[in-house]
Amino acid sequence: MSPDDKPDNLINAEGLRVDGRRPDELRPVEMKVGVLKQADGSASIRQGNTYILAAVYGPRELHPRHLTLNDRAYLRVVYRMATFSVPDRKRPAPSRREREISMVIANALEPALFLEEFPRAVVDVFIQVIQADGGTRCASINAASLALADAGIPMRTLVPSVAVGKAQGTLLLDLGDAEDKYGEGDIPLATLPPQDDITLLQQDGHFTKEELLEAIEMGVTACKYMHELQKEALKQAYAKRRPADDAEVDDEDDDDYEDDLETDLGESDLEEE
Amino acid sequence: MAVYFQKREIVVPGQLLAEGRYRPSYGTYADREGKVFSAVVGLAELRGNTVKVVALEGVYTPREGDLVIGKITQVVGNNWRVDIGGPYGASLHANNALRRPYKDDISYYMDIGDVIVAEVSTFDRVTGPFLSMKGRGLRKLEGGMILHVSPAKVPRIIGRRGSMINMIKDTLGIQTVVAQNGRIWVRAKNIPTIRLAIKAFRMIEDQAHTSNLTDRVKNMLEEELANLEDETENEEDNEEEKMEDNEE
Amino acid sequence: MGDYSAETISHIDRDYIADLLKRGERVDGRKFDMYRPLEIELNPVAAKAEGSAIVRLGGTTVIAGVKVLVGEPYSDNPNEGVVMVTAELAPIASPLFELGPPRENAIELARVVDRGVRESETIDVKQLCIEEGKRVYMVFADVYTLEYDGNLIDASSMAVNAALLTTEYDEMKVEDKDVVATGKKLKLPVQNMAIEHTVSKIGDHIVIDPVLKEEFVQDCRLTMAIDDSEKFTALQKGGGSGPMPMSQIDEAMDIALARSKEIRKAIRDAVASGSE
Repeated sequence: MSPDDKPDNLINAEGLRVDGRRPDELRPVEMKVGVLKQADGSASIRQGNTYILAAVYGPRELHPRHLTLNDRAYLRVVYRMATFSVPDRKRPAPSRREREISMVIANALEPALFLEEFPRAVVDVFIQVIQADGGTRCASINAASLALADAGIPMRTLVPSVAVGKAQGTLLLDLGDAEDKYGEGDIPLATLPPQDDITLLQQDGHFTKEELLEAIEMGVTACKYMHELQKEALKQAYAKRRPADDAEVDDEDDDDYEDDLETDLGESDLEEE
Repeated sequence: MAVYFQKREIVVPGQLLAEGRYRPSYGTYADREGKVFSAVVGLAELRGNTVKVVALEGVYTPREGDLVIGKITQVVGNNWRVDIGGPYGASLHANNALRRPYKDDISYYMDIGDVIVAEVSTFDRVTGPFLSMKGRGLRKLEGGMILHVSPAKVPRIIGRRGSMINMIKDTLGIQTVVAQNGRIWVRAKNIPTIRLAIKAFRMIEDQAHTSNLTDRVKNMLEEELANLEDETENEEDNEEEKMEDNEE
Repeated sequence: MGDYSAETISHIDRDYIADLLKRGERVDGRKFDMYRPLEIELNPVAAKAEGSAIVRLGGTTVIAGVKVLVGEPYSDNPNEGVVMVTAELAPIASPLFELGPPRENAIELARVVDRGVRESETIDVKQLCIEEGKRVYMVFADVYTLEYDGNLIDASSMAVNAALLTTEYDEMKVEDKDVVATGKKLKLPVQNMAIEHTVSKIGDHIVIDPVLKEEFVQDCRLTMAIDDSEKFTALQKGGGSGPMPMSQIDEAMDIALARSKEIRKAIRDAVASGSE
């Protein structure tokens, strides 16, 4: 209800930011995989106070039919903010901002996906912002790419994403709300490791060409770190399902299975009947 | 030439698995320099020079020859529309299910809401999948219940040459069909047995990538059965009579 | 959210559930009059919402967030604040939820949960007046479904009540026509709490807190809001057009009355331990 007050300085005399971070420091990031049971794949991300859930459904049958692509699956991304995720209540109907962000997220993710394996189908990525405190589109991409992997969608790589901004002439990594509002600009970007080609690039504010290139480089470096966090979150989620005692490792070959697709036709059932 | 993963390591999309003269198989892709990467979350395997990743998740994608359990959702002329899960609705033509001659109104034989075991006879990128019910064990299912599991876990539920599923069948004395689209039909003599079967399938699903699973599932079932025995002895006698009445 | 008469339900699923009920059992092993395990997480949106709660009822999860804003009162109640509850079937929650504008199911959910709060006069709206006829507090409680495995109405009702009970907002005053914060924090004037309890009618049987599979085959459901003094403050028959005999309505009321005490206690306990 009371809008966040503008801080006097976004960077203090020691060169630290309003929340005590160094200019090139991310906020604490926590990513979890497999958090929504109804979805085919899901993930959550907390980055500072930003809290986002992503769910993937599909590949599944596409409605309406006229969107069908005959050579690949259609990637449908829907980014939505909860009404209570922002200081003033957001109106429930989707805004133009939400539609645009949905589109740029889809463009950031699509090059990583082998959508040609599922012609005529749709892969739905639903993103719900529970709490917005800056950097929601980047955090959404981080969570969405984990949810896609969790859904078993074949992909070239996970897609990490961060934003770089500027305040008082200094480049800042991963803007919080106040820095976004009162700073001098914001550059969200996403990359495809390991080549680090860029799949999301937007900018607002005022930057010289040199500043921009330096900011992008800073973002690409931070994406490499974010990518490590993503891989860790994914591996952790799947390793968790392994029982704790490793005493059984010796006999693994007795229990090999993966080549065997032999099917139970229920024939013994018929005999019983 | 180098391989960058341990046996049965859980790998993630984009992870470099091997470079040199290795061949990418399913669950992987190669770049222009011949480096092989994982495309999915799963267990990396090396067989000879072939690298593959057994996916741990994923919706059902039909393959010709797959056994599927489907639900009839529509009857259109001489075709049934069948929901088999996954991205593509299937069709079953009456010629591939009935002996000729058959009645004009094929809903007389199978109607909306009926559940069938069928085989995927044709599927490619442009059309299908098309189903067939001509073959041993392919039929309309009656009674019991349907359990949904992740299709990626089906090979594990069946086990090497059916070892897992046969163990469960023998231990519990149930009737079951495990289909590649992740649907399992179970019919048992009583509800506690059905619940035990469900517990076993869920256990396999949760621990699919662990070793020695067959024995652990068997131990669990035997333990639970021993607990059940006293409570259900009388009930079972009644149930068996009832089941026999229902057999066609 | 309950009326799936248009979905194709397999005969096997339908018969299996009916057969279980005939033997006094349910798909998940519960008794007919038992709720699933209930978990309440308070203030998951602490930095932006004035109040919030996540409710996990078995496999169903919902989140409710409360925003308190300053606005103009309705002209027919110039000295009363405004309380409004909305609900959305977010597509992340279920493969059954579709994109696009809210359908009947979402609208019914929102209206039924809203009615539970409004009719029981959960919040003393007279205490939400800043300046009569000019400025009042407007309380918005918005519910989003995160995981849908049946019985959204009860989970949403619990989440809204828990979120309202945790809400803290800035006290405002009018100073030279501007609305400014006094620096003091206020709690919402919650004077009564009505919890909604839904039973599913499946054939001759009545079960509370239905899972999705049961909603698929139900004839209809009956939702009853019961307040602190054990009065019924709202009813809604929905989730299918099946008729319900008087005897089953009677039975449903008894089940709801009996279970309402434990649900109310669970919410009060969660809020009490959260504010320690």
